Amino acid sequence: MTKKIILAALAAPCLAASLPVQADAAYRGKAIETIKRDFQPRGQADLDRLAEDGLQTICNRTGNNPPEYIAKRLEADQMAAVKYPADGKLMGDWKKGEKLAQSGRGFTWSDKPGLPVGGNCYNCHQISPKETAFGTVGPTLLHFGKLRGNTPETQKYVYSKIFNAKAHNVCSDMPRFGHVDALKPEQIKDLVALLLDPESPVNK
Amino acid sequence: MRKPRILGALCAITSLGIAHAQTAEVDHAKADAEFAKFRAEMEDSNPAELFELKGEELWKVKRGPKSVSLAESCDLGLGVGKVEGAYVQMPRYFADANAVMDAERRIVWCMVEKQGFKFADIAKKPFQGANDTNPPEITSLVTFVAGHSRNMKFAVPLKDPKVKEIWEIGKEITNYRAGPYDFSCNTCHGSDGKRIRMQNLPNIGTHEGAVKGVMGWPGYRMTGGVMLTHQWRMNDCFRQQRFPEPKYASDTVTALLTYMTANANGAVYKGPGIKR
Repeated sequence: MTKKIILAALAAPCLAASLPVQADAAYRGKAIETIKRDFQPRGQADLDRLAEDGLQTICNRTGNNPPEYIAKRLEADQMAAVKYPADGKLMGDWKKGEKLAQSGRGFTWSDKPGLPVGGNCYNCHQISPKETAFGTVGPTLLHFGKLRGNTPETQKYVYSKIFNAKAHNVCSDMPRFGHVDALKPEQIKDLVALLLDPESPVNK
Repeated sequence: MRKPRILGALCAITSLGIAHAQTAEVDHAKADAEFAKFRAEMEDSNPAELFELKGEELWKVKRGPKSVSLAESCDLGLGVGKVEGAYVQMPRYFADANAVMDAERRIVWCMVEKQGFKFADIAKKPFQGANDTNPPEITSLVTFVAGHSRNMKFAVPLKDPKVKEIWEIGKEITNYRAGPYDFSCNTCHGSDGKRIRMQNLPNIGTHEGAVKGVMGWPGYRMTGGVMLTHQWRMNDCFRQQRFPEPKYASDTVTALLTYMTANANGAVYKGPGIKR
């Protein structure tokens, strides 16, 4: 029993120590000290936003490229916390989804606090062919459903990806919209429809 | 003469914006080229020059509780009162303050230490808001100092170990992901050829990207018609990153400006500019 506890206590720092540290540890430490000193709350943006969660720490320490066994474990943890809608339906209304995808509002100190917030989708992705002012930080989603169909598995993939992109790619650039309660299940369903509904302009 | 030209230019840029939203992606490069052409045409009536003149007056006049001028008391790194080439050689280490400082922070330091102004008063409203008729004095002062580095090469003294350390810290700050959306500076500014909507995102870790990042600051922003500094740009990035607000003239902002400006070393600074 005692042995087990000692082993467990030893294992945690060993795991951290064995990470290939790309970030220079000394400068990273100083950067964090500097950040902790230099910010003030404004609007809804409180100082607690400066703290890393476990996943952010791992991504920050490894240049967004942790060893595979750690990535897999973290992805599984994130996936386990994905909540699916109570009614079991994953596709909502693509028209509402399109509206949501257009909005980049939410969570900045100049935004009105609280929900709803925008989906931010067009900031980074090409989606409907009608919207030409799209970003390129993420991959194009044009013809997403046309290319992949909309089987239950695909719906589940898209829903879980929007709910928590890190469940699929641990250090993805994409926010965890459901995980941080930015988007509600109904909203995520509408975005799933935008990508997968055959009637959505995305698939025309 | 100046006013109608600016108005005409505003109309041109507005219609450019509308065309921008309606046309396809291929037109994006064309619109960028148009803006570059427009910017070049504006050069002889650049609104930023108005603030250079205002800043020059503020630099030379005896002011503050101690009634001294910055011209006779402020050392921007090249000697007291010397502004020629100072902007492109900051951030740098200042022994009297025992800190690496960017241009804006250094001028604030001089206003506090030499002229006797209160830091809290300057920090209360450091940037021009959309409804303000004029930018704060500090913005005009920075614009004046920056104007006296026009057509000079960026030369942040990275060989100074104290500057190099701040550069390293700045680099680490660009990597730091946190907040509700897991964003870092590098989420948007860490790779080549990315956009948010139609806005190109310079990769500030590369020389080419850093040049795009530093050029044109301080700048007259067509949106809202306000004069803003590079410090402001850092502040607004953190807003969009969903972070809380960086304190004015803080180490974090200096570190980012050190990282970005030193990465642009060798490029010729075109002077205070015009921004969309």
